[in-house]
Amino acid sequence: MSINLTLLIIMGVLYACGIYLILERSLTRVLLGLMLLANATNILILSTGGYAGLAPLFTKETNPEAYSDPLPQALILTSIVISFAVTAFMLGIIYRTWVLARQDEIQDDLEDVRVAKTPSFDAEDDAIVPLETSEFAITPSSAAERDTTDSTETPKTATTQEGGSA
Amino acid sequence: MNLANLSPLAVLLPILGAALAFLLIRHQSAQRVVSIGILSATLLLECLLLMSVWDGGTTSVTLGGWLPPWGVVLVVDQFSSLMLVVSTVVSLAVLIYATGQGMADGDHEAPVSIFHPTYLILVAGVSNAFLTGDLFNLYVGFEILLTASYVLMTLGGTGPRIRAGVTYVVVSVVSSVLFLIAIAMIYGATGTITMADLAIKLAELDQGTQNLLHVMLLVAFGIKAAVFPLSFWLPDSYPTAPAPVTAVFAGLLTKVGVYAMVRTETLLFPGDTLNVPLMVVALLTMVVGILGALAQSDIKRLLSFTLVSHIGYMVFGLAMSSVAGLGAAVFYVAHHITVQTSLFLVTGLIERRGGSSSIDRLGGLAKLSPLLALLFFIPAMNLAGIPPFSGFLGKLGLLQAGVELGTPLAITLVVGGVVTSLLTLLAIARVWNRAFWRKPEDAEYPDPVLLAKGNVGVLPRTMVGSTAGLVVFGVALTVFAGPLFRVADGSAGIMLDRSAYIHSVLGDSVQVPPLAQTVEEQTGDAK
Repeated sequence: MSINLTLLIIMGVLYACGIYLILERSLTRVLLGLMLLANATNILILSTGGYAGLAPLFTKETNPEAYSDPLPQALILTSIVISFAVTAFMLGIIYRTWVLARQDEIQDDLEDVRVAKTPSFDAEDDAIVPLETSEFAITPSSAAERDTTDSTETPKTATTQEGGSA
Repeated sequence: MNLANLSPLAVLLPILGAALAFLLIRHQSAQRVVSIGILSATLLLECLLLMSVWDGGTTSVTLGGWLPPWGVVLVVDQFSSLMLVVSTVVSLAVLIYATGQGMADGDHEAPVSIFHPTYLILVAGVSNAFLTGDLFNLYVGFEILLTASYVLMTLGGTGPRIRAGVTYVVVSVVSSVLFLIAIAMIYGATGTITMADLAIKLAELDQGTQNLLHVMLLVAFGIKAAVFPLSFWLPDSYPTAPAPVTAVFAGLLTKVGVYAMVRTETLLFPGDTLNVPLMVVALLTMVVGILGALAQSDIKRLLSFTLVSHIGYMVFGLAMSSVAGLGAAVFYVAHHITVQTSLFLVTGLIERRGGSSSIDRLGGLAKLSPLLALLFFIPAMNLAGIPPFSGFLGKLGLLQAGVELGTPLAITLVVGGVVTSLLTLLAIARVWNRAFWRKPEDAEYPDPVLLAKGNVGVLPRTMVGSTAGLVVFGVALTVFAGPLFRVADGSAGIMLDRSAYIHSVLGDSVQVPPLAQTVEEQTGDAK
């Protein structure tokens, strides 16, 4: 089987652009990426058919080798129809997102947001109980020490606890 | 007359029904009669198909007068017809449930009336994927069911559904593109896409090319089946869809992916080249999935995670490539389709009665609605694998096959399977204790619907009836487990042997190549 270099390069470029675009956050770009991927795949199927030859209409004189392979073209036709349907549906979804949220972006997953909001700091387990229980305020030097050794949230809680006790 | 000649009707009937239902879009009662009638007729036909191959025959139908290595063939064997019957029973029950829900809620708005035609198209796509003997036709079947599922997933077009729909559509399209690339590569390498012909010609390729094509197909199907590293889209997108839609997706769509994996592993790439990676993936799917389920407070999300987790059992059975393992996996697929769908249907009922599907907001349902508790309890115990239910039998079959195989990895998987089963029980028991057993007032944030007295949240009889029917069908799988296991083992034997499938498509004169390990010595006389 021979390979057409132009087709091959076009296919590679389409795949690269398609993959870059589906990683975008804007829905329209994702859709464009999906369309490029589908078209790149169509070219891939076309190139599996080998040399371009005669139209596969049977005549007795023609050597069978001279025909082009009709099967990949039938496959491409089907896959074009399918990607057409998917594109139309995606456009519908993009329009709907625009109507609902006035933005063309992939929305965050609610569960992910919930998990992300849950602080890694647990008030009961991680709080630093002030060693010093006297009425004197914590010296600035010891506060700075805490800043460097613990997470950023520690000084905040330390002050709230102090406020509570006072 | 050969019954298998009727098999195209299993795809055609739902499509024609969809067309008719679409024409009747303004006449809802007629639409209901048409879609339920058509689906019942399809079920009857598929039962006849199953009976015709019950003792282990394999028959094929060529379509459009193009003979096999060129035309599209439909193949009816034990595995495909068993899957057809189970999937249509489940989809019929869900359709009746959805009809009941629609009648109770009064769906007079236009968008909802496209439910029936779309649903029938989905069933046609599933049937096509199960029946086809042609790789590209399998792709078309996948696309039919996926496109229908995009519409069903975003039904009504509310914000959360659109958000979930975007994830679902993009992931599905990417997996479809991968599948199509694999088909193009396979056609380029062998010049055929009929699966029976591929079974012969793929064996002639060198091992590196074979492995590449093999992995590409498995990744494409793995996304659809929600196997571990590729499963993150599922718990994110399924729970937001309407209850009946989630139920039918959970039952059918991932199992179509598993079906395609089984065909790839047994027919196209037999032998044990990828068994070890598959086993590792199966273990991770089971364990990671069920750990996710334990962290959830929403019943629908929890069930979605158990769905992912239990796909691992099927992949485990498949990866053993022994008759016992594959037979148990086939049985497990049939069991899991039924049980997972009935659990999602019951969750829909819980949401109706209790106002929420979050276990923080539910309580006391066992007292408020004992029937609902029973309907939840039976499939839940079945899913967790408590004897004597079919879940126990399926898992027992898998574990026995694993011990029989005896490699250290197989034993690890056996242990992992037992642990997953226990953790499933834990997750389910958490739902049971909180949603059903404690007092409604003890819930963290009790739902107002739950606390209201009087005639609140009455469950429509059609919905309860169809759920009960499916639960009874699940129990029937337990009662008739003997004959069913015989068919499952028989189908495993036929699939691993391959010759019946290839001969039925390409004629008896074709020589079936030996398995991959020995093929190098015999390449001379393979053709």
